[in-house]
Amino acid sequence: MLTVKDLAVSFQTRRGEVDAVRGISFEASKGEILGIVGESGSGKSVTSYALMRILDAGGTIKAGEATYSGLDLRRSAERDMRDIRGREISMIFQNPRAALNPIRKVGHQIEDVLRHHARATRYDARAKAIAALEAVKIKDAEARYNAYPFELSGGMCQRIVCAIALACDPRLLIADEPTTGLDITTQKAVMDLVRDLIREREMSSILITHDLGLAAQYCDRILVMKDGVIVEQGDPVQIFSTPQHPYSRKLVDATPRAGTGVRSLLPPEDRSAEPILKISDQPLLEVRDLTKTYAGKSGPVHAVKGISFTVNQGQCVGLVGESGCGKSTTSEILVRLMDATSGEVIFDGDDIARVPARAFAKDRRRADIQMVFQDATDSLNPRHTARQTIAEPLRRLGRMRGANLTARIEELAILVGLPLSLLDRFPHQLSGGQKARVGIARAVALEPKFLILDEPTAALDVSIQAVVLNLLVDLRAKLGLSYLFVSHDLHVVRLLCDHVIVMKDGEIVEQGPAQDVMSNPQSDYTKSLLAAAPKPPQRRVITEENDLENINADAVALHA
Amino acid sequence: MLSSAPRLRAILLRMAQSVPVVVGVVVISFLLTRALPGDPAVYFAGVTADAESIEQTRVAMGLDRPLLQQFFSYVGDLLQGDLGQSLSSGRSVAEDLAKRLPASLELTLTALLLAIAIAVPLGVLAATRPGTWVDHLCRVVVTAGVSLPTFFTGILLIYIFYYLLGIAPSPLGRLDFIYLDPDHVTGFYLIDAALMGDWETWRGAAKQLILPASTLALFTLAPVARMTRAAMLTALSSDFIRTARAAGLSNPTILYRYAFRNALLPVVTTLGMVFSFALGANVLVEKVFAWPGIGSYAVEALVVSDYAAVQGFVLAMALLFVALNLVIDLLYTAIDPRIGFSSR
Amino acid sequence: MTEISQHPVAKPRGNFDHILYVLRGNPVTLIAFGMFALLIFSAVFGPALVPYDPLATNATNALQPPSAAHWFGTDNVGRDVFSRVIVATRLDLSISVAAVALSFVVGSILGCIAGYWGGWLDIILNRFLDTIMAFPLFVLAMGIVAALGNTIENIIYATAIINMPFYARLVRAEVNIRRDAGFARAAKLAGNSDLRVLAFHIFPNALPPMMVQVSLNLGWAILNAAGLSFIGLGVSPPTAEWGIMVAEGANFIVSGEWWLAVFPGLWLMIAVFTFNLLGDGLRDIVDPRKRT
Repeated sequence: MLTVKDLAVSFQTRRGEVDAVRGISFEASKGEILGIVGESGSGKSVTSYALMRILDAGGTIKAGEATYSGLDLRRSAERDMRDIRGREISMIFQNPRAALNPIRKVGHQIEDVLRHHARATRYDARAKAIAALEAVKIKDAEARYNAYPFELSGGMCQRIVCAIALACDPRLLIADEPTTGLDITTQKAVMDLVRDLIREREMSSILITHDLGLAAQYCDRILVMKDGVIVEQGDPVQIFSTPQHPYSRKLVDATPRAGTGVRSLLPPEDRSAEPILKISDQPLLEVRDLTKTYAGKSGPVHAVKGISFTVNQGQCVGLVGESGCGKSTTSEILVRLMDATSGEVIFDGDDIARVPARAFAKDRRRADIQMVFQDATDSLNPRHTARQTIAEPLRRLGRMRGANLTARIEELAILVGLPLSLLDRFPHQLSGGQKARVGIARAVALEPKFLILDEPTAALDVSIQAVVLNLLVDLRAKLGLSYLFVSHDLHVVRLLCDHVIVMKDGEIVEQGPAQDVMSNPQSDYTKSLLAAAPKPPQRRVITEENDLENINADAVALHA
Repeated sequence: MLSSAPRLRAILLRMAQSVPVVVGVVVISFLLTRALPGDPAVYFAGVTADAESIEQTRVAMGLDRPLLQQFFSYVGDLLQGDLGQSLSSGRSVAEDLAKRLPASLELTLTALLLAIAIAVPLGVLAATRPGTWVDHLCRVVVTAGVSLPTFFTGILLIYIFYYLLGIAPSPLGRLDFIYLDPDHVTGFYLIDAALMGDWETWRGAAKQLILPASTLALFTLAPVARMTRAAMLTALSSDFIRTARAAGLSNPTILYRYAFRNALLPVVTTLGMVFSFALGANVLVEKVFAWPGIGSYAVEALVVSDYAAVQGFVLAMALLFVALNLVIDLLYTAIDPRIGFSSR
Repeated sequence: MTEISQHPVAKPRGNFDHILYVLRGNPVTLIAFGMFALLIFSAVFGPALVPYDPLATNATNALQPPSAAHWFGTDNVGRDVFSRVIVATRLDLSISVAAVALSFVVGSILGCIAGYWGGWLDIILNRFLDTIMAFPLFVLAMGIVAALGNTIENIIYATAIINMPFYARLVRAEVNIRRDAGFARAAKLAGNSDLRVLAFHIFPNALPPMMVQVSLNLGWAILNAAGLSFIGLGVSPPTAEWGIMVAEGANFIVSGEWWLAVFPGLWLMIAVFTFNLLGDGLRDIVDPRKRT
């Protein structure tokens, strides 16, 4: 149905011409779900924009062919393309609420598409729009017709976007990162819906994602792209068990999934010896009955409702939950950037919750509890070089100056694997992985006892994530740190953590050793979370004995 | 789904918010008229007053009483519409202002309509055709427009169109002496003349109005064009426009139903600031063109140190501006369905 | 959409190099800075270098059109218009720089406090700013100068007062956005007190957008001061100031003697225009993201 041959797309930028796609060829047949997987800069999204001919102003198709059911997508007139868009080929995007017109009722937005493609007249448009809403399994479709996007949840908005895309019964649906930014359970609901609709209508679909595990679960065939070329094509099981190309092997390795250890996220040649972790049963941090209540616009908001847990010396505790569960609030209170409403936080014997947040900067224990932030772009001062960023805690709390300071900064840079030449760069001149390293160097600068990691790898490409996670494990072994690892990604938590806490609506619904909670969950919520997480196929270990040993060794080392 | 209760609440809240602002305006106005360096009575008695008439003024205006009491009597006077007496005209300031207000309103509103009629299409075109001559024209208009001193452009326009080209009539007010003022219905000569069917007078009034309105319009053109262009550019690069394009919607639909309506919101917000500038520039334009509005009234009063008249003018302008801002905000509330709701 | 991979970068520039880079990159910025330099030069050295005494009258030489002897002609009492226009630069620039500096400092402090700590301080500040901005600003300036007295100092205070809300609002918004940003929280973790975080981490990041506002305000302050003089406030004859010169010249333009009003007006326009163009250049110099 869709044939692409030697497609090349380039952009005119201020720095000259940039080739985003360099000659790719693939086919999508009727009824097939094709996945295009790649990290940022791979050209996967650009490909789809090029097929639909909705590239940004500076982009052009430089070479190649793209045919859809005999129609030349590259050379057709704009009028013909407008006819095809929405009617034959549709597209859905990430960030669903932003994808909808904020000041127009969602029902009217569906009608616009129906009437444009002459699928409805003024008189039956409303009825057909409501039917389109029901087709994406929205209950109460008639009431929802009059809603504005700001009144709907993220998952509901994505359903509306799907409704718009499917309203005119297209044959091909392109989904560009449709689940990025959504909670895991919402993600599963959206992907299940899309898959069901595609099968129902016997459509084809192209799913573009950076998550190899997600693609493996929902796609019939996968293309792996890197730097504008396709490095491998095949069905998911085959790609996962026997990746041919080194890059796809790297991606497969880096995708966190059950049954692997943190070292096996890395390519075999980069795997160093297993870290030796010393976990004691002496408590370092004890949280007792912590609550936090805000005054909200419509009454008090109970963000945290009396939770209690302990982090032992040398332990890594995972804090898992979806958005709004209270995990971010909890971590802010523990790191003393926010005050609790009630409860105790016993750190090394003293209740630090009694010291108000605004006075804690002067407390002698400030250097002992530090944090690695989620979004490295936001957490680095745009006016400071990497060197100045790392120097800040050393100057203020460590009172270091001059040669001492410079030496320590360079020592830290080496420790986190940041090339010394990058120290004098500004954040906008660093890559995502480099910024993450700067954030980590800053956090461990004063050799804290306790580190809270707030989704430190959420914004990173999966191969960079693998490196950063390994770095975190190494630092923990080397410096004897204890971690509280806050995340929504269950697989990552399983890899790194000894103990897991699951939160929902401000309460702890389950906690225990990681192996127990992950393999044998007691609460329904944990079960639904685990069910919703994408399950990539198991990688069959075939070639070397070492691999098998490594995997077993991971498991042993983490849980000694 | 979308109940009107939260929006009604938002509207009422906005109207209620005007109240403390009006109170603040009255307080500042009071301070400007009473809490002055030196002896207020001297200001109000006028430059030619001697010690005795100053004393008379002081007692008559109650300036010998404590400040708080003065404030309450000031407010009391205001509520009765009493802004004091004008030294130069001998009438009450309120009367003078009321008589001259329609002239200023006609000038300002005509100028604003003219400015919006040019600036908005210019901004939209510049945003949809980046890099073309329209875009460059827009940018030149914006940068130059913000730099133009209103009084200077007025003078230049008079020089070019009246002295050099002879097209414009002599800048001596609203209507040449050969015409009779139209019967007073609204005070707006264009409307009144049209109502009477007197097209001669209508043309005469329009001829006098063109130059001053153009001068004022030139000044207000720039911020409106700049905001329209910026808002359209932002709207056009939004995600929901990408969705609309991917759904195959036609260009006019995307442009007007999707992009422009969204871009209107920040433009409406800018209008408040534009009004502020326009009302200020009004004063200068009226002086240059000898337009008999409240602006020139104030300037004449300044020259003769007719203090009550000046401060009466300041208060009246402020209250007018508060009312205008209220209308703009209510207009915004009507356009944006998100008002009154906390966004998720 | 696509993340274009980072180009390898040579050793990063120092501050002075960066300034030159910005100037070279955008010809408009270069022109603006050139004109700005000329203005400063006129302001500082003008009075010493002009050919005639700006106050020297010469009734026999009145109302002469521009000539080789008098580049801008003479006015109705025989004073050289060129000398007066150049000398006026000092007065007009000083007024606007003083007014903008005052409003910048006061507005920034108030905006920082309101944007960072919020609560009652924020509410009170907002009410106060709303009240000032409830007046059409030029009109308020008129009222203030009329009340306080017709002097140049009062023009400066009045202009500062009506300019202040823009800075306060801008700083408040910029501080508010960054209050909970990662780097602000990280600064607290590094042992900085709230005040230090505000002063050394958050506020410097608000500077780039403020630079644009500062230059726009400089232009606007000159227009304000000239406008007030035009209607007879602030400056009195025979002082040389652009606004009052245009006012005096306005009487003669209808009889064809255009040079009395046109040259001061043109200079006024050029000065304001220069400041408006400067804004983008200043922002580029101050914004670290423009460094490559």
